[in-house]
Amino acid sequence: MSQATLRIQKMSGHAGSVPGEDTQRGLTVCKLIDTTTCIGCKACEVACMEWNDLPFGETVFDNTYQTMPETRWNYWNLILFNEHVREDDGSLMWLMRKNQCMHCAEPGCLAACPADGAIVQYTNGIVDFQQANCIGCGYCITGCPFDIPKMNPKTNRVFKCTLCSDRVTEGLEPACIKSCPTGCLHFGTKEDMLYLGGTRAKQLQEHSNYPKAGVYDPQGVGGTGVIYVLHDASQPELYGGLPANPHVPWTVKLWKGPLKWLGNVAMVGGLIGLFVHYLRFGPKDRDEADTNAGGAKS
Amino acid sequence: MSHQEQRLPHGRILRYELHERLTHWAAAFSYIYLLLTGLAFYSPWCFWLAIALGGGQISRMLHPWAGLIFFCAVIKMYTMWAAQMRTTEADKAWWNAVGHYMRNEDDQMPPAGRYNAGQKLLFWGFFWCSLLLLLTGAILWFPEYIPWSLRFLRYVAVLIHPSAALLTIGLFLIHIYMSVFAERGAFGSVIRGDVSEEFAKRYHPGWYKEIAGDSSAPRK
Repeated sequence: MSQATLRIQKMSGHAGSVPGEDTQRGLTVCKLIDTTTCIGCKACEVACMEWNDLPFGETVFDNTYQTMPETRWNYWNLILFNEHVREDDGSLMWLMRKNQCMHCAEPGCLAACPADGAIVQYTNGIVDFQQANCIGCGYCITGCPFDIPKMNPKTNRVFKCTLCSDRVTEGLEPACIKSCPTGCLHFGTKEDMLYLGGTRAKQLQEHSNYPKAGVYDPQGVGGTGVIYVLHDASQPELYGGLPANPHVPWTVKLWKGPLKWLGNVAMVGGLIGLFVHYLRFGPKDRDEADTNAGGAKS
Repeated sequence: MSHQEQRLPHGRILRYELHERLTHWAAAFSYIYLLLTGLAFYSPWCFWLAIALGGGQISRMLHPWAGLIFFCAVIKMYTMWAAQMRTTEADKAWWNAVGHYMRNEDDQMPPAGRYNAGQKLLFWGFFWCSLLLLLTGAILWFPEYIPWSLRFLRYVAVLIHPSAALLTIGLFLIHIYMSVFAERGAFGSVIRGDVSEEFAKRYHPGWYKEIAGDSSAPRK
């Protein structure tokens, strides 16, 4: 793999500096999903499984146009379906949202992971799991605000969408993008995708009677490497429970931040304190005939 | 082997019967494993501990099982010692005089029974923290089976588990310091079971008084 494009800028559970930290790379990659032109054909789901060579699993039919209830460790790309009645004119909408890893700029999975190098973020913004380093604790599942990492119960290792980091390295777009027949999927730099999404949202507002149309790029996780155009950006929950204001759980932040430092200081301070106490006061029975100089009496 | 069967040299008093010692060491060894692997998961600076103990996957796999062993030992301790660990009026006086205790002025301490107030704090601290660690640990053992709608359980668990563990580490450090370094004879008592009369009189005069009068009485 080309180290130039897959230089690592963030690494989970890592003491010391990270290989690609503080190196320069101006552009981050981004996937734009226009939910307003998605027809729910599942070509992206098939392309994802084909490119990543994932085994075909059983689908779950629930009388909707959704393949299964949620993504799986070996099914990373799932179009979520929701039948929605518009409040203003009572018209029926079929909302389709291609769900996969959002590739957060500040990933909760990476923050929560204790294993050295099991979760990395490349300088191009892709968040990738390195299963060789995964210890199977599942902390990433708790850290993720989008319910994306899934455990393989047989191997106790966690998997998710890689944004086809292997293809991107070679200058190709992710497999899902390649397969989309309506052109609702786009891939490029974050800057370009934000511009493109913004233009599309404006078009929807001005010409298609979607005054609340907008781009979903949640800032609670520092922005994401996957952004959506929504007909109604004020209600992202309608789109298969897309959180309105996703953020890494505050307990995870507290645990990995202040609690850790408080604990470290207390443990080291405690050890030093006990050692100094021994130097100052020594064992309790020194006052009586203590012939056993320094040694432990039993 | 009960205390009656165990032969003790002259002037030695049985403090911990065999089943008490076994329970203590089951707890001790499982706790040390839990501590080392737990520290590895707690901080990247300690992750090498997991590598040294067979790798991250193995550590993650065995940590919960060691936790079950530890919890069982704590429950056994509860059945053995809870009655003796009940807080008494004398314990309040002990805490008021704890400065003397820390300065090794033990002659100025109110007399302690089989356990002094500090040991009682250790016992109850470990007991309640173990309960918290068990409950939160069960969630962390199988996070992938906690449904999304109950995810707050995971959020609570990742905070409570290390917090409770840190509290036990504080108690553990003091416990090791007191028993191995400060009160010479204490470490031997939990290995071989017995202490000197001098030890009993010095640290647990109330307990010594209880058992000294009647040599056939159960020495507890």
